[in-house]
Amino acid sequence: MTLFIQQLFNGLALGGVYCLAAIGLTLVFGVLRIPNLAHGSLYMLGAYVTYFFLTAVGVPYVAAIGLAAIVLAVVGILLERLVFHPLRKSPHTHHMIAAVGAMFFFQAVAQVIWGADFRRMESPFEGTLSIGGAQISWQRIIIILTAVAVLALLTWFIKRSIHGQTIEAVEQDRTGASLAGISPNTVSMLTFALAAALATIAAGLVAPINLLSPTMGAALDLKIFAIIILGGLGSIPGAIVGGFLLALAEVMTSTYVSSAAGEAIAFVVLVAVLAVRPTGLFAKAVQR
Amino acid sequence: MTLLEVRGLGKQFGGLHAVRDVDLDVREGEITAIIGPNGAGKSTVFNLLSGFYRPTAGTVTFKGRDITGKKPYTTVRDGIARTFQTTNLFEDSTVLDNVLSGRIVRSRSTVFGAVLQTPSFRREEQYNLTKAMEALEFAGIAHYRDDLAGEVPQEVQKRVAIAVALATEPDLLLLDEPAGGITEDETVGFGDLIRQIVARGITVCLVEHKMSMIMSLADRILVLDHGQTIAFGTPDEIKRDPKVIEAYLGADDAEEEGEE
Amino acid sequence: MTARISIQHVGMALVAIALVIAPFALAGQDYVLRLLTMAATYAIAVYGFNIILGLTGQLSLAHGGFFGIGIYVVGLLTTDHGWSFWSAFLAAIIVTAVTGFACGVVALRTRQEYFAIFTMAVGFIIFLILSRWESVTHGMSGISGIPFPEGFGIIDFSEPIAMYFLVLLFLAGAAYITYAIRRSGVGRTLIAIRTSEDLANSIGVNVGLNKQLAFAASTTFAGVAGGLFAAVQGFVGPSSASVNLTFELLMFILVGGLGTVMGPIVGSFVVTFLFETFQDFQSYRFIVLGPVIIALVIFAPRGIVGYLNAYVARRRAKRARRQMAPQAAASETKEVS
Repeated sequence: MTLFIQQLFNGLALGGVYCLAAIGLTLVFGVLRIPNLAHGSLYMLGAYVTYFFLTAVGVPYVAAIGLAAIVLAVVGILLERLVFHPLRKSPHTHHMIAAVGAMFFFQAVAQVIWGADFRRMESPFEGTLSIGGAQISWQRIIIILTAVAVLALLTWFIKRSIHGQTIEAVEQDRTGASLAGISPNTVSMLTFALAAALATIAAGLVAPINLLSPTMGAALDLKIFAIIILGGLGSIPGAIVGGFLLALAEVMTSTYVSSAAGEAIAFVVLVAVLAVRPTGLFAKAVQR
Repeated sequence: MTLLEVRGLGKQFGGLHAVRDVDLDVREGEITAIIGPNGAGKSTVFNLLSGFYRPTAGTVTFKGRDITGKKPYTTVRDGIARTFQTTNLFEDSTVLDNVLSGRIVRSRSTVFGAVLQTPSFRREEQYNLTKAMEALEFAGIAHYRDDLAGEVPQEVQKRVAIAVALATEPDLLLLDEPAGGITEDETVGFGDLIRQIVARGITVCLVEHKMSMIMSLADRILVLDHGQTIAFGTPDEIKRDPKVIEAYLGADDAEEEGEE
Repeated sequence: MTARISIQHVGMALVAIALVIAPFALAGQDYVLRLLTMAATYAIAVYGFNIILGLTGQLSLAHGGFFGIGIYVVGLLTTDHGWSFWSAFLAAIIVTAVTGFACGVVALRTRQEYFAIFTMAVGFIIFLILSRWESVTHGMSGISGIPFPEGFGIIDFSEPIAMYFLVLLFLAGAAYITYAIRRSGVGRTLIAIRTSEDLANSIGVNVGLNKQLAFAASTTFAGVAGGLFAAVQGFVGPSSASVNLTFELLMFILVGGLGTVMGPIVGSFVVTFLFETFQDFQSYRFIVLGPVIIALVIFAPRGIVGYLNAYVARRRAKRARRQMAPQAAASETKEVS
């Protein structure tokens, strides 16, 4: 039972990270119909930039994440302007090819600046909390709480603010893009900025638990794609449910079956969902 | 003789009835038109007939065979060809290649035939080329054959789309707004083209907004409103039908022509 | 029509002649010959990529993975199990064809971006198996000592030049198959799917089945290339099947020209030699390559051969319109009267 509680919290913390990363991916897809294969590398870059602010500049942990989120939001906007905007009328394969190009570029940049070796980031929140006999590290509690807070903020933003409402409107009906006088360009840039910032928050939160490496984004990419396909491309609630489901499945499988099985579960889910229902389980009933 | 028989056709999206309980008889050798205000479900009916949507109710019988819910590529083989409302062509291919694509469904050639250049493969390619050129000439656009389909004028594109459909050797041709987005003069030309198609023994069913064209062209008209049949008959009957008059007067006049 | 055939045939003939005389012109420069052989091997895999991406318009991110399967089937069977190269090579072709066809069962149900994501997962699974299933694949340490193909009579494949011509033979086959497909209804079918699945459906194309067959064909090409690669290289590791390889193959086809007959050859040779020129920058390679790929899809998505073809086609269209327009006008007036 203690083990179960322990793993439950591990799963929830991982789920929070997955959600934050996956929501950005699903937003970008919903608004721009781009499966951004470079999303994982934004996450990776976010982790390194957080690390940079923390170690080289020496700002506090939370500030480092915030600053990194701003930096990455700018990177996201640049990515949209320089890469995806010029391609908006190209065949869909070109988006993905360009995204792969961006992904390799970001990885190479990280490798040149920080090296290919793993880096370790210290958690400012030492110690553990005892729940039902299980020792839960504060960092994990922080992840879960922050994830919930960010998700709540995001929901508020999308439901209440004019920009958020536009994003949602564009997601649901792309022809209604010029709603409320906000240009489609602004919406695109905003979506990318938001997606990159969310990915950075996810990366900054999880960095003290995991190690940093230039390929950490590639490993995440497949998982978040599995999540948003499970949840239905473009669906935010789907990404949240999918994120926690996949994380729990992953943690529980590696605990009770084997670590290899835990690693493989994302692919199994992905292939199974695509085989059974190619448009995802909770896909909106889009009829052609 | 009835070529296409539709009974109780219905399509629901979520809880919404896009098309409900539509009956339609398309007689061989005639021009049947489907009209109605915007959002009346005309294009949905076409999508149901050609297999792009699966009906949630009713049956579609073609040449005496039930084809309800069959995939589009099989209905083409059975002899139903269609064009789309927004002209849909292989824009990066030449006009001739577009029309040759229409021959795929009547071809039997395989990769092996192509690689080994078997005599039957060569014969078939030659035959397809002849057929495609015939369709191009029939549509009056043979001189555009080597142009990229995306680069020829709108009216020519519309004709290419018809030539592609004709190349599949259909018995029934479904035209979704063949005169949408072209000038009045060109519309007259399209009316002639459609008559020539019928003269070749191909039955035509069309959705169109341009009333003048419909009234002079169609043998029979089905009027839809909110997904349901409100009238079916000859142009003269339709013109006098009080329900039709009401539906059209009730609708915004601007809508009738503004959809292009 | 004859005009197009002659100009483009001349181009093909020139490339073919260059490839055949290259090793004699380079006599003694074994390193360059080796590089040519490698480029030719990759080009075969690129032809597979061309079928699924160039003609059918589906981005397969598993292509490098299937190349890896080809490598490993030949590598493992010839070293650990004592098979002859030729029987192992045949096995590689069959295995990649069958796994490609099996993956195609799912792939044919998926559309566009789902297809890319699905193949990305497949590619990753292949890489995981090759790098982690140590008892069979030797994991990260890879395979060494893969033998050359057994020779016939006086042909001895341990001679670099013989190996080059062996690869070139398969390359010619791949190019010819692409040429034949492009000019047939099969090619039009695939291009129809690439342009619009709905439209393809509406002209009677069974989209799913054709996608599955195209995918199986592409993986088979990758398997052939991988099998030859194993023999050319002699030692291989799981990194030869990584996503990076898919990316490099992607670059080859983009530079050469998606969907063209000669694009894969032109792209593979040009980029291989460019890579070689910038070899000192090995670790920075993707800093340059990433933006180059992006710039290519934005500014020059047709590739070298694509632009040449477009130029020739435009001139031909102009001529056709000039020649035929008067006739057409005449026949129209006749109809009216």
